[in-house]
Amino acid sequence: MESIDLPLIWAAILAIAVFMYVLLDGFDLGIGILFPFAPKDEDRDLMMASVAPVWDGNETWLVLGGGGLFAAFPKAYAALMPSIYMPVGFMLIALIFRGVAFEFRFSAKGVMHRVWNQAFHWGSTVAAFSQGLILGAMVQGIALEDGRFAGGMFDWLTPFSFFTGCALVWGYALLGSTWLIIKTENELLHWSRQMAVVSMIVVIICLVIVSLVVPLMDWTAANRWGIHYPNIDWSILLPLAPIPVLTAVCCWLLAKSLSDRKSHHKPFIFSILIFALGYIGLIFSFYPYIIPYSLTIHDAAAAPNSQALLLAGTLILLPMILAYTAYVYWVFRGKVDIHAGYH
Amino acid sequence: MPDIFDMLFLARAQFAFTIAFHIIFPSFTIGLASYLAMLEGLWLKTGKEAYLTLYRFWIKIFAITFGMGVVSGVVMSYQFGTNWSRFSEVTGNILGPLLGYEVLTAFFLEASFLAIMLFGWNRVGRKLHFASTCIVAIGTLISAFWILAANSWMHTPAGYEIRDGIFYAISWLEIIFNPSFPYRFFHMVLATYLTTAFVVVAVAAYLLISGKKNPAVITMMKMGIIFTCIVVPLQMIAGHEHGVSVFEHQPVKLAAMEGHWETHTGAPLVLFALPDEEKEKNHLELAIPKLGSLIVAHDINAEIRGLKEWPQEERPPVAIVFWSFRIMVGIGILMLFTAFAGLWLFKTGKLDSNKNYLRLCLLMGPTGFIAVIAGWFTAEVGRQPYTVYGLMKTIDSTSPVTANSVGMSLIVFAFTYIVVFSAGLGYILKLMNKGPVDPSHPETDFESKPVLGTRLDIGDYEHQLKISSHPITGEKPG
Ligand code: HDD
Ligand code: HEM
Ligand code: HEM
Repeated sequence: MESIDLPLIWAAILAIAVFMYVLLDGFDLGIGILFPFAPKDEDRDLMMASVAPVWDGNETWLVLGGGGLFAAFPKAYAALMPSIYMPVGFMLIALIFRGVAFEFRFSAKGVMHRVWNQAFHWGSTVAAFSQGLILGAMVQGIALEDGRFAGGMFDWLTPFSFFTGCALVWGYALLGSTWLIIKTENELLHWSRQMAVVSMIVVIICLVIVSLVVPLMDWTAANRWGIHYPNIDWSILLPLAPIPVLTAVCCWLLAKSLSDRKSHHKPFIFSILIFALGYIGLIFSFYPYIIPYSLTIHDAAAAPNSQALLLAGTLILLPMILAYTAYVYWVFRGKVDIHAGYH
Repeated sequence: MPDIFDMLFLARAQFAFTIAFHIIFPSFTIGLASYLAMLEGLWLKTGKEAYLTLYRFWIKIFAITFGMGVVSGVVMSYQFGTNWSRFSEVTGNILGPLLGYEVLTAFFLEASFLAIMLFGWNRVGRKLHFASTCIVAIGTLISAFWILAANSWMHTPAGYEIRDGIFYAISWLEIIFNPSFPYRFFHMVLATYLTTAFVVVAVAAYLLISGKKNPAVITMMKMGIIFTCIVVPLQMIAGHEHGVSVFEHQPVKLAAMEGHWETHTGAPLVLFALPDEEKEKNHLELAIPKLGSLIVAHDINAEIRGLKEWPQEERPPVAIVFWSFRIMVGIGILMLFTAFAGLWLFKTGKLDSNKNYLRLCLLMGPTGFIAVIAGWFTAEVGRQPYTVYGLMKTIDSTSPVTANSVGMSLIVFAFTYIVVFSAGLGYILKLMNKGPVDPSHPETDFESKPVLGTRLDIGDYEHQLKISSHPITGEKPG
């Protein structure tokens, strides 16, 4: 076992789990974010029906993210959670309201029906916003002493984290609206395209602002891209340049596919690529830290036999999970039409 | 007296509140998933409409309960980090992989196949649908396996070593199959089956009382009574064995459960008492001599150590443990009575007509949940003042967060849970009140709203196609 870098493998598995979460729950949270703006209540039924079979599985990636962090990097889990105590709390409460809304909305009539519509919308939005807060707090770095959290209860609250919170809400709205382009028809499809265009524009603006603000702030994240404002180390920045360049290309392709009425799948795929590129950029900013910039993956790792035990199972089970998840998506493929059951 | 503004107290209160809330749902979904699998299997085998009608009825309730179980469970998995970060750090090497396996082997399985179970009727074949129901049922049992292994390890730690104050695994088999695990697993799984069975019987009884008798309701009643007649005695045996194992591994907990202050040879069985922790004695004690030793050690004259053998700060809160244990066992005895009274009425053909018995069944409906929570309080409060029995104190397990944050989040969780729970309970009761509708008279079912975004249309699918038109184009399908 000595020759295998278990912490690195685990970091990679967790990175995949978190990305799967962002992608999958991203689009169903996005649907909740766009929910009240849909033209008609029947449209809302369809929007919900497009994710009702899959949202639970999507959210399970969040449990894998949290559980995996606890299992593979208990020190990081123990240090990180208290530092983001409040945003995690907001997120959990929001996820409760939006999760139960799936069932309650259909059992409720009249006023309560509208109340659960709102619960679904605000639950989704607050969950997305809280995740953005957590992201922003991590980019700025978390104060640890002796591997334990030593900051204040409100360290996570800064203008920057507020901004990343909003940005993630729009990012998820983009995923949600492009998912709807795949799943809907006629007027709702038309509306989804409009929403996707708006979200795309806001997301691009956010990306530009982040790229300008982070370097100016001279946080460790910026230094890792070779930026020590006003000095720039081109030997570090240039090799990383393909990331922003590819992101720009994907934005352009996304815009093109949105204006093409015949393309139904491409907008979602390009949105995923934009998220993936941003995510890779983030990994460059953090590696090898699991808690930026105070705890590395090797310092935080669980005992090798603990990591090995879980790894053995993961290598068999994760491909199986991906396979049956794909199967479920395949079973529920195609456009939704609530009135014909699911074809 | 606990200081209610103390971080430790608030964190314990929050954990106890959120887990006790969460466990309500698994207690019902684990049992109901198996029940649904059985119903669908019987339907496929016999082709009897009653089974399908029951399946359609219970799956709607299952969907709502499962959803609440999922969202409250996600909270639990983060709470270890937010409120118990030192505990997570110290036990992570051992508990982490167990909880990790729970996610990988159970949660994904449940969530994915639940989708097919709820929404897949018209998309997959009957066999595959039945397979999905079975997979969900098995998934809930796998989930119970891992979480109970983790919890049992905290009661009877094994297979570990401690270096620099951190637990390291030596033997995974000993960790998973730790001494209290087999008892806890069987006792808990049987508890979920009983909880479900008594809910099923209560709903059947309610429908019979209110005159909504049909073949499905009768089937429900009969299946429930026969099932409980088998499972209640099994649960009592499992509980008894569990108690013997507590006597062996956690004697101070047993002393608290039994209300023994002094060490006795030939200890009595205390039926009723008001334990007084300050005076270290029981008030108003009612006891049967020698029976305690006989039950716990299978010997009239066996020695049972009393609480006074341990220093005060090593004892759990006695009254809570003593009383929650009695509530659980009392409910077990009531369940036994209900089950066999039902069997007797069944034999004499009066099961569906004896109003008093039906009322008793209705009252017994929620008792499974109460017994489950009481049982967990016995086990967990009895483990105090430790989180890992004998090794890690609860006071050393908390996070470096302020009492304010814990208190605030406790209030918000309490508010959220009360709102969500009342709403969920309301919708479930509404469904129960309506009862299973016979598909041979489908017209009565049409005003029912779809659950979880879809109609669970099986028999009336064809019919529905005819009545609904496309929402946008307005054209009639087919
Ligand atoms: C004996 C069984 C049992 C016990 C003691 C617990 N659970 Fe649980 N849990 C289940 C049995 C279960 C289940 C049957 O598998 C659930 C209930 C409803 C459901 O959807 O799955 C579930 C759901 C569930 C979920 C959501 C899974 C998903 O996303 O699909 C999480 C994260 C947890 N639980 C975590 C916990 C934690 C951290 C616990 C302890 C502190 C805990 N559970 C106690
Ligand atoms: C599902 C049913 C469960 C119930 C109803 C339950 C109930 C409780 C209660 C009432 C306490 C508080 C005891 C006290 O402070 O006096 C507690 C503590 C605790 N339980 Fe459980 N528990 C359950 C399952 C679990 C499981 C499965 C685990 C872990 C895998 C667990 C881990 C803990 C921990 C870490 C504490 C420490 C906090 C404390 O002592 O208050 N529990 N539990
Ligand atoms: C009537 C006979 C019963 C006996 C003798 C009995 C015995 C026990 C004992 C000794 C414990 C404590 C284990 C510990 O502290 O670790 C326990 C816990 C528990 N009991 Fe019972 N019990 C009985 C009936 C029931 C019933 C009817 C239910 C529910 C329907 C139930 C549900 C539970 C649960 C959920 C726990 C906590 C989990 C565990 O430790 O297994 N019990 N029981």
